[in-house]
Amino acid sequence: MYPPVIEIEQLSKAYHDHPVLHDVSLKVHDGEFLTLLGPSGCGKTTLLRLISGFELPSSGAIKLHGKDIVGLPPERRHVNTVFQSYALFPHMTVFDNVAFGLECQKMAKAQIKQRVDEMLAVVKLDKHSARKPTELSGGQQQRVAIARALVNHPAVLLLDEPLSSLDYRLRKNMQIELKQLQRQLGITFIFVTHDQEEALSMSDRVVVMHEGMIAQIGTPREIYETPNSLAVAKFIGEVNVFETVVSALDANAMTLQVEGKSLHLPLDKHTGSLEISQPVHLLLRPEDLHVWDRTEVQDTSEMLPGTVEEVIYKGSTVDLIIRLHSGKKILATEFFDENDEDLAYTKGESVWLEWKSGWEVVLPRES
Amino acid sequence: MKANSLFAKISIYSACSWVFVFALLPLSMMCLLSVVTHTKPGILYYHVTGMHYHQLFQLLYLRVLFRSLLLALTCVVGCLLVAYPLALVLSTLPLYAKNTLLLLAIIPMWTSSLVRCYAMMALLKAKGLFNTLLLALGLIHQPLQILFTNTAVIIGLTYNLMPFMLLPLYSNIERLDKCLFEAARDCGASRWQILTRVLLPLTMPGILAGSVMVFLPAMTLFYIPDLLGGAKSLLLGNLIKDQFLFVGNWSLGSAIGVMLSVLMIPLLMLCWRSQRTAMLESVE
Repeated sequence: MYPPVIEIEQLSKAYHDHPVLHDVSLKVHDGEFLTLLGPSGCGKTTLLRLISGFELPSSGAIKLHGKDIVGLPPERRHVNTVFQSYALFPHMTVFDNVAFGLECQKMAKAQIKQRVDEMLAVVKLDKHSARKPTELSGGQQQRVAIARALVNHPAVLLLDEPLSSLDYRLRKNMQIELKQLQRQLGITFIFVTHDQEEALSMSDRVVVMHEGMIAQIGTPREIYETPNSLAVAKFIGEVNVFETVVSALDANAMTLQVEGKSLHLPLDKHTGSLEISQPVHLLLRPEDLHVWDRTEVQDTSEMLPGTVEEVIYKGSTVDLIIRLHSGKKILATEFFDENDEDLAYTKGESVWLEWKSGWEVVLPRES
Repeated sequence: MKANSLFAKISIYSACSWVFVFALLPLSMMCLLSVVTHTKPGILYYHVTGMHYHQLFQLLYLRVLFRSLLLALTCVVGCLLVAYPLALVLSTLPLYAKNTLLLLAIIPMWTSSLVRCYAMMALLKAKGLFNTLLLALGLIHQPLQILFTNTAVIIGLTYNLMPFMLLPLYSNIERLDKCLFEAARDCGASRWQILTRVLLPLTMPGILAGSVMVFLPAMTLFYIPDLLGGAKSLLLGNLIKDQFLFVGNWSLGSAIGVMLSVLMIPLLMLCWRSQRTAMLESVE
């Protein structure tokens, strides 16, 4: 394992006694694509601005290659930012925008030209170098902003919701391009977004932030499949939540009472220590649920009965809203595959709900 | 709908007639006056001539023109030096402080500038506040002779015209995306580099607009040189006033006025062009 490029130690930030970040510690590895994910107001942008130097922490340390950089102004930190609004200099051409950082360092003209041309080729803007930013499309402006930051060869590139102003299709394309760029250049990216899909599809690791603290750090898969709190589960993707208690427990299985049924579920390494009669949340992702026709199944002892209330056709999937007997509404997503080619559900139909045991997440409930 | 169109008609017609009566009509009268001359006493005996413009090229008038330009230019620079930092500071303040300070900068414009001119005389005279202060501080041993010098005229002009520089500059700076300065710092720019490479080019429209607003009045505010300069430094404005009020040569006065307007045309065009470029650059 390489030494971390950035180490954040017990970083806190408050504005007029109003805490925005609380005791955040984080290691960013060299060459990784790290995403700070969270709803607005969770402190993710503040954390980014603390790293770039535009904000000063109330306490804590930020180390870049082992050296504390908290005392350094932004212009002397070896990191660069891609701003949400791009903040391109409107009076300069694309070339001059990208060359700006190098010119500030008083690099030789010929060398600047070479570096800028190289960079513009990387972001596929070499044909537009003489244009002004307003003569470019949103996606092209975005690439100029990235080139302007990357041409300085930063140790870390910070991106503050850079794709949020692009339309859906362009955003998808830029996600792929950004990821490819990051792999190609091997530069560490710290990417801020509130879009969980974006975070999952681009990152090596995701830092989920909640109310100024880090809720969970992990690979996209860990974050999605084994969230460590209800907040994380609810923020990332859709999730069905049952409030229940542990009714029985042994070395490798537990029993939960759900909708009047006793469900026997295996214990695995992700499940924390549980006790009998402990209140817990049972979390189920919509796509993990199987919805069976009444006639399709025999053994229904560990299935939940319900009625189809809404059928939403989405092209590649069908979303079902199912009302359980208790009145609780459940979202289930069914895929077209060889087992289920037509997915013919009708409103009002009685169905059985099932999932592969072990795919659920059980979290202790804080009372 | 009907009431609306009536309202629109009234607005348009009243605006147009205002421009016609108070701008176009006087201007054309001035142009007309500048190219005619009396042959005999009486209203009807006029004939067309270019002699007033020819007169302007006498050394005496050229000297006045040159001195006026110099004074006005110094005044523009003075206004810039005061208003630019002020506008910068204003734009960074919280909204409340911003509005209060802006109001304080503008309030003097609501009082008679003649009165303020007399106040300036009281400040600058040999036994005035300024000299008393410097004497008390021991910085000087004899009162400085400021009043009735060019320095006093420049101070008076700058003081009177500064708000005309401040307002366009301030509105220009306010419109800038503050992220641009963060982006510049992020790229490693020093304060000086941010000023010269980002701030100055982006505020050029405001600088030009303010300069034009200050430049023309600075050449024609005749009572300021009269009061503060002791009538020693004759401005174009004094010349025009004298032609109209004392000499009675309205035609020569008009010719000077027309020449001033012609002088302003390239300045206005420069201003217009820089604003158009800035607008094109800021279109999202």
